[in-house]
Amino acid sequence: MRVLAQVAMVMNLDKCIGCHTCSVTCKQTWSNRTGVEYAWFNNVETKPGVGYPRRYEDQQRWKGGWMLDKRGRLVLRSGGRVKRLLSLFANPDLPSIEDYYEPVTYDYDNLVGAPAGPDIPVARPRSVLTGRPTAITWGANWEDGLGGAPEHAGGDPNLSGEWARKVKFEFEQTFLFHLPRLCEHCLNPACVSACPSGAMYKRTEDGIVLVDQDRCRGWRMCVTACPYKKVYVNHATGKAEKCTFCFPRIEAGQPTVCSETCVGRLRYLGLLLYDADRVGEAAATADEQDLLDAQRGVFLDPNDPEVAAAARESGIPEDWLAAARRSPVYDLVCRYKVALPLHPEYRTLPMVWYVPPLSPVLDAVTGAGGDQNDPDHVFAAVTRLRIPLEYLAELFTAGDTDVVAGVLMKLTALRSHMRSSTLGEEADESALAAVGLTAGEAEDLHRLLAVAKYADRYVVPAAHKEDAAALSAIENRCPVETTGDPQPRKVMLGIPTLRRASDGGRA
Amino acid sequence: MNAPLTLSATATASSTDLLLWTAFPYICLAVFVVGHVWRYRQDQFGWTSRTSQLLEHRWLRWGSPLFHLGAFAVIAGHVVGLAVPATWTEAAGISEHAYHTAAVALGSVAGVAMVTGLGMLCARRLLARRIRLTTDRSDKLLFPLLSLTVLLGFSATAVHNVFGGGYDYRETVSVWFRGVFTLHPQPEAISGAPLLFQLHALSACLLFAAWPFTRLVHVWSAPVGYLVRPYLVYRRRAGTPPVPKPAVGAGSSSGSRRAA
Repeated sequence: MRVLAQVAMVMNLDKCIGCHTCSVTCKQTWSNRTGVEYAWFNNVETKPGVGYPRRYEDQQRWKGGWMLDKRGRLVLRSGGRVKRLLSLFANPDLPSIEDYYEPVTYDYDNLVGAPAGPDIPVARPRSVLTGRPTAITWGANWEDGLGGAPEHAGGDPNLSGEWARKVKFEFEQTFLFHLPRLCEHCLNPACVSACPSGAMYKRTEDGIVLVDQDRCRGWRMCVTACPYKKVYVNHATGKAEKCTFCFPRIEAGQPTVCSETCVGRLRYLGLLLYDADRVGEAAATADEQDLLDAQRGVFLDPNDPEVAAAARESGIPEDWLAAARRSPVYDLVCRYKVALPLHPEYRTLPMVWYVPPLSPVLDAVTGAGGDQNDPDHVFAAVTRLRIPLEYLAELFTAGDTDVVAGVLMKLTALRSHMRSSTLGEEADESALAAVGLTAGEAEDLHRLLAVAKYADRYVVPAAHKEDAAALSAIENRCPVETTGDPQPRKVMLGIPTLRRASDGGRA
Repeated sequence: MNAPLTLSATATASSTDLLLWTAFPYICLAVFVVGHVWRYRQDQFGWTSRTSQLLEHRWLRWGSPLFHLGAFAVIAGHVVGLAVPATWTEAAGISEHAYHTAAVALGSVAGVAMVTGLGMLCARRLLARRIRLTTDRSDKLLFPLLSLTVLLGFSATAVHNVFGGGYDYRETVSVWFRGVFTLHPQPEAISGAPLLFQLHALSACLLFAAWPFTRLVHVWSAPVGYLVRPYLVYRRRAGTPPVPKPAVGAGSSSGSRRAA
């Protein structure tokens, strides 16, 4: 057993109102630079919808993630080592900028600089790639709130099954929820495995997957290999960039920017201990629908004395172990099992998990004339109304509707129990028992999901360094120059001095 | 084997020949070496192929593989033609005629592929506005210089060896080339070569001098190590001790770790 720790995230989708605050603050922090205008390290998609970049979940087309070959071995879907090197000169599976969108700016100067005249001056959009006026025809969130869904949403790769033919994008019959996405910081990252230069790596201390900007040579294989399309090419520097899980903040014991600024307070950050020796085996699980359990099997119980001993053996400090025991992520993922990974069938063992939304089912209950607050109605809907369930199963359980139904029933029972106890009605514990919760556990889970405070949602131990002050200092500059500006300027980023000054021996 | 030529020609090498075929190549090689050392130490961040596939992929899809694969073959041909003396191939039983027939045949295919590919890459750089705007100063030097070198070499072969009577560069240009690297420069060996060969050699020298300051440095990063390295890469955070200290007495050692 080789115990490693990872700072992981869970998002409670029922609480996401699609305000995009996470995306905007992330962009302001990390990607408001020339070359990554089109890149959103964090984006929020409306589901059903084609996503960003368009149809990124269609792995037949984009060849992301891993698959099992005929002999059951785990291989990258984009091909083996030789094939990858042969496609260095032109990568056939790289999305083009049109698959994201053409980034624009506006003629703001025209608003104040236009000569006096009878018409109000307008700020016209201008492509930042060509500098010419352009029409805005797509964006990172073009389908917000199902906008244009009758036209586009049928292109959602998750709507490929037989059942999907019945999905109607008529206003009265549809369902929607928002899906915030960032890099999954996978246990078995396909991007790292596909990097010809060895520039991408997973940090042993906290599991964050990063691109070494000094080693990246711009071969762009990571973009293809990532099934979530969360590695981006900076077209100005020719290097790969991605979500850093705000490592300078994490190292200082602070939550990521997207978590910190989340208006709905739906994000949770905490440690998960995992057995690095079992990652490969779990990712190669034969049946896609067993991948969820296989991944949970890689996670280790921090309260287990044997695990703690092994963790100390591999150098995990005591306060990290303590943080792992208080981890809200461990509770949601392993103890209550209400959180699910996004597309486990990609076999990357993603580490950003989601509590699936109950709202599509509740909407369906109301639509069918039922009572949302009656758990029997909701239970009936969960078992009978296949469409939202099938859809959620495509996203979170490789199509296993029983697992999604189990989680939704748990949430329904919890909802009904807390409703009756809050209203002073007689609590009916039979519903709780049916989903395997005691009243005490229900209270605990309710606290975690509904009222958890900042310190309960974000349990991030500071990095173990004696010079922790330097870690959080915003002193040095990132070597990410913007090109194309007449005067190349350096951009201030929160990169600690230590990373550049003392990394003489790159391990 | 080249002694008589060396003796007779050293006396006749003019100062222009010395400048063009001895001083200039050595200056270019020095810039090549020192430039690479400097760039590698100073500019790891800029050391990249500068991919632009994201912005334009239709021309690149054909142009880039044609150019690169053609270039590999052309470089291999140059290695054989310049570095291997004619006497060696003759000793191996390959006649002069057979050698040149094969060289012209294989070289033509490789050359056409490389010229076509480079033409497409240049065309996309000029015609696709997005790509033109990302073209920086080093590209504005590299693309014309590379095109010039390739076209001069291509036309030298075409004029003299494909359509012309045949010119045996292995007795002149190759001798000069090997002389440069064996530190026995023989400027007179190339001074009588046809103009196209001479110009090709000079522009190639310039290309080598420009090499470290352009995107050509990505050639040295060809990721062959990828074939043998493990898929997953773990790294420790910069600044942390490379090996975790063995925790003997669990509780106490973790306390000391903090102070260590």
